[in-house]
Amino acid sequence: MKKTLFDKVWDAHVVTSIEKGPQVLYIDQHLIHEVTSPQAFKELENRNIPVFRPNQVVATADHNTPTLNQHLPIKDVLSKNQLKQLSDNCKKHHITLYELGHKYNGIVHVMAPELGITQPGMTIVCGDSHTSTHGAFGTIAFGIGTSQVAQVFASQCLLLSKPKSLRVVINGKLKNGVLPKDVILYIISKLGTNAGTGYFCEYAGEVFENMSMEGRMTVCNMSIEMGARGGMIAPDAITFDYIKGRKFAPQGETLDNKIAYWKTLPTDAGATFDKEYVFDAADIEPMITYGTNPGMGIKITETIPTTNDASFEKSLAYMNFKKGESLINKAINYVFIGSCTNSRIEDFRVVADYVKGKQKAKNVTAWLVPGSKQVEAQIIEEGLKSIFVEAGFELRQPGCSACLAMNDDKIPQGEYCVSTSNRNFEGRQGQGSRTILASPLVAAATAIEGKIIDITKQLN
Amino acid sequence: MEKFITLQSTAVPLAIENIDTDQIIPARFLKATNREGFGDNVFRDWRYHKDGSKNDSFVLNNGKYAGKILVAGDNFGCGSSREHAAWALADYGFKVIVSSFFADIFKGNALNNGLLPVQVSAAFLKVLLSEITDNPNTVLKVDLVEQSISIEGTNFKEQFEIDAYKKTCMINGYDDIDFLLSKKDDIERFERNVVN
Repeated sequence: MKKTLFDKVWDAHVVTSIEKGPQVLYIDQHLIHEVTSPQAFKELENRNIPVFRPNQVVATADHNTPTLNQHLPIKDVLSKNQLKQLSDNCKKHHITLYELGHKYNGIVHVMAPELGITQPGMTIVCGDSHTSTHGAFGTIAFGIGTSQVAQVFASQCLLLSKPKSLRVVINGKLKNGVLPKDVILYIISKLGTNAGTGYFCEYAGEVFENMSMEGRMTVCNMSIEMGARGGMIAPDAITFDYIKGRKFAPQGETLDNKIAYWKTLPTDAGATFDKEYVFDAADIEPMITYGTNPGMGIKITETIPTTNDASFEKSLAYMNFKKGESLINKAINYVFIGSCTNSRIEDFRVVADYVKGKQKAKNVTAWLVPGSKQVEAQIIEEGLKSIFVEAGFELRQPGCSACLAMNDDKIPQGEYCVSTSNRNFEGRQGQGSRTILASPLVAAATAIEGKIIDITKQLN
Repeated sequence: MEKFITLQSTAVPLAIENIDTDQIIPARFLKATNREGFGDNVFRDWRYHKDGSKNDSFVLNNGKYAGKILVAGDNFGCGSSREHAAWALADYGFKVIVSSFFADIFKGNALNNGLLPVQVSAAFLKVLLSEITDNPNTVLKVDLVEQSISIEGTNFKEQFEIDAYKKTCMINGYDDIDFLLSKKDDIERFERNVVN
């Protein structure tokens, strides 16, 4: 039988199946962080059971960490307690932790790939919906709830029904200035926020074949925003080159054997999907969102749709936008460049290229938050930091930061923020804040101009 | 986990689509390290104004509506994987959430906490919302054994789907950890056999 990439990886991890019920799926790698793990550790302790495979768990502190003065004690008592519990739990259960300040600390979905922990053909879970990011390597990776975190701790397995399969194919060449973020915002704007629910999505075609690993991660990261539990891209030479030489990557003969196996993973010609969508790269332009879910996106040159629907109108009222209007020239006071979607070195190179020699607009507060300590170090090493500082941007320390505003990095009530993160939900970046999702390039241009501009005019 | 067999209750109508888990429980309340107490902050930013005063126009603050069933618009629970959303709804007192569509992760989290997600057709949801809104005393009956939801005293009734394994868990109050632990031998055998 012809198999998809997803089928191959899934089938290789089924321990056993319940008749007419779910399957027991083996999890190769479990990633944890401070917010969704404490209750799972408590669950284990209540039942007096150990962590079954501590060597297959890696922890980081990211959601709730400050992005300034990380060397000082954390002021917020609750955050401090949550981080302490993570440290205590990891110590007690012999789990590797890259805590705040560690040279490998960072956002879980930036840290694991850059250390070579994420590898093709694996199953990876984490108590975070953006775990779909790791699918960029041809990995089955998805977010889980805390009860499931406890299940993986206890058994290194999960009980799951196999999702249906979906493929998004985009052929052709992307236009100048169209970034991976625009590609995924475009897909979600076309398919909506629940087209993928119940499915695992494979992204295929020339656009993804020609994309860097970091770009592929940006795309897979937002799979959950169209409802798909995960997204995957077939591993290829770009994937293998990225993995080679990383800290926990296989080496020598082991690597050769792995690569030989990884090469068998791509979807067989003739394999079928439950659903398939095809788009043309030439139709994609720099994107921007205008509403309160990531499906509410338009090309930056387009106007807001004139849909008559109560939820749509509620959303526009929250954003204080009108049907039929353009977002070009909207004044913007906040720009956030970071999050597990866009906080890797390529994202900061795009920003640095654009802002070099320019000055941010006076009205703008522009935060740049690297995804990890390693990204931060590379920003400095490549001389990007001075470009940012000279342009008036604020380079902060790594973490999830203003993507979800759990720490002090909050956008004030009523303010717009052009953000490279993944969610524009009401209040996501702070109570009453209004998020406009965009690529790092559009975000950088907004910071320089102090308003949304038609970036396409500068590209052609 | 608490058992669930049948429930008869009035319901709260919340006719908003795409209710994401950030609305159900905003991130700033995720700093707690236990499962209890999240009900106080369920739908926090819709229930309260920024100054802490009650938003009287929000349905949970409308004295007319109460009950153990929440009837919500399409695509309920999208967004973050935070199980705190399911904990918050259950802690507030809901036992059943009805919608025409649920996001995957939320659905799983709800089932793992004895909170029953009941997916109905868009047409039936429309009937439920208008009946409850017009008559807050409307009683709904949810029967997990026969997988049905009905409006008491009327002929409105619909069957709903649930995974057979999950149904057994809900009815008996079992959870997945017990089951997985019972498969330890299979799991260890699988580990030994993995070539890659």
